[in-house]
Amino acid sequence: MRKWQCIVCGFIYDEAEGLPEEGIEPGTPWDKVPADWECPDCGATKDDFEMIELG
Amino acid sequence: MVATATGPLVIVGAGLAAYTLAREWRKLDAETPLTIVTADDGAAYSKPMLSNAFSKGQSAQDLIQQTPEEVAERLNAKLITHTEVTHLDLPTQTLHLNKGAPIGWQRLVLATGATPLKAPVEGNAVDQVMSINSRQDFSRFEQALKGKKRVLIMGAGLIGCEYANDLAAAGYQVEVVAPSESLLRGLLPAQLGQALKTELERIGVRFWLGPMVSRVDLEASGALQVALTNGQQRQTDLILSAIGLKPSIKLAREAGLAVQSGICVDRRLQSASDRVYALGDCAEVDGLNLMYVMPLMNAARALARTLAGQPTDLHWPAMPVTVKTPACPLVVYPPRREGDWQIEGSGANLAAVCRSGEDVLGFALSGDRIKERNNWLKAVPPLFSQ
Repeated sequence: MRKWQCIVCGFIYDEAEGLPEEGIEPGTPWDKVPADWECPDCGATKDDFEMIELG
Repeated sequence: MVATATGPLVIVGAGLAAYTLAREWRKLDAETPLTIVTADDGAAYSKPMLSNAFSKGQSAQDLIQQTPEEVAERLNAKLITHTEVTHLDLPTQTLHLNKGAPIGWQRLVLATGATPLKAPVEGNAVDQVMSINSRQDFSRFEQALKGKKRVLIMGAGLIGCEYANDLAAAGYQVEVVAPSESLLRGLLPAQLGQALKTELERIGVRFWLGPMVSRVDLEASGALQVALTNGQQRQTDLILSAIGLKPSIKLAREAGLAVQSGICVDRRLQSASDRVYALGDCAEVDGLNLMYVMPLMNAARALARTLAGQPTDLHWPAMPVTVKTPACPLVVYPPRREGDWQIEGSGANLAAVCRSGEDVLGFALSGDRIKERNNWLKAVPPLFSQ
């Protein structure tokens, strides 16, 4: 399980935790997050913004 | 399909608004010439990342995401850096610069951002009062911080609180002076402001709420002596002013475009002159000047479509404001009209909801209650409906 950081605002998506409140189950890998998903903190879109792999 | 103008698009500014717009527009129009004029070095960075950088040990250099050369190549753009626009001539569609030849535009986007407000402070060290609203500002502050321990922050709004948290987490002794009785007043109910204050105090931040800074003088020791309006004296090494921002509208105003607090634009981001648009912190869209990231991202995507020949009205949904204070995370959607706040929870974990009758108008969540954000977002009205 990895973590990805939004390069616009620093929001971290943790694959292990997912985002259950947005319907993304815990354990959802980054490439299975919907393409139209937007960063909940700043509105950056998934394919517009590189996410930095934190490891 | 509306015919696309083929003359150059010129963007004034190189912040998040300018570069997000340019990137989105290039996805739709790879050919039309693009020129970007900026007073700074043109390196791409994300301003929201500045107020979290000290605790991560990031330098001004680390914050660069793309060099100016990379930006120019990726955007297929001509970048004119370290250059000020001195005059915007509407009849001839020309920008006059402080160096080099004037440049013409077919369509012009003003993304000039905002400028920190200057506090009315006296004393022999007024010039040492710093603000951070760009990577260059951050760099200057970072240099000044070397070897220092104490920072006094003026202002307890969003930026003041974020830097207080970040600098305290990075090991500095931080104190905050602000005239308001509670933190993030205007954005948060007082009880949540108090929760944030308690959590920031827990990581070492000291607050002097009520007074303002009236004088700053340099002592022989190299320390700064700070006098407050209530007669109190403080000593510090550095002063960071975070009392607010004002939209940069000078260019637009002098050109004769309509301005109020920001450059007046309609829901297509178009100013009083067709072919001139404004975006980001400098823009006042249908009376709203929102200096947050989410409205900016949303507006940049809409304007990119308009400029690519697909006229697109801005639809702003309810956009929450995330306050990056890890000591007490906050998500807020301020109500746009009067209502009654109901607050539940305890300690730093609070959920405040503002209602008028059955209608939910806004909310403010702190600590672990921020997880309820999406439930409340669905309940509040959009800013601009379809």
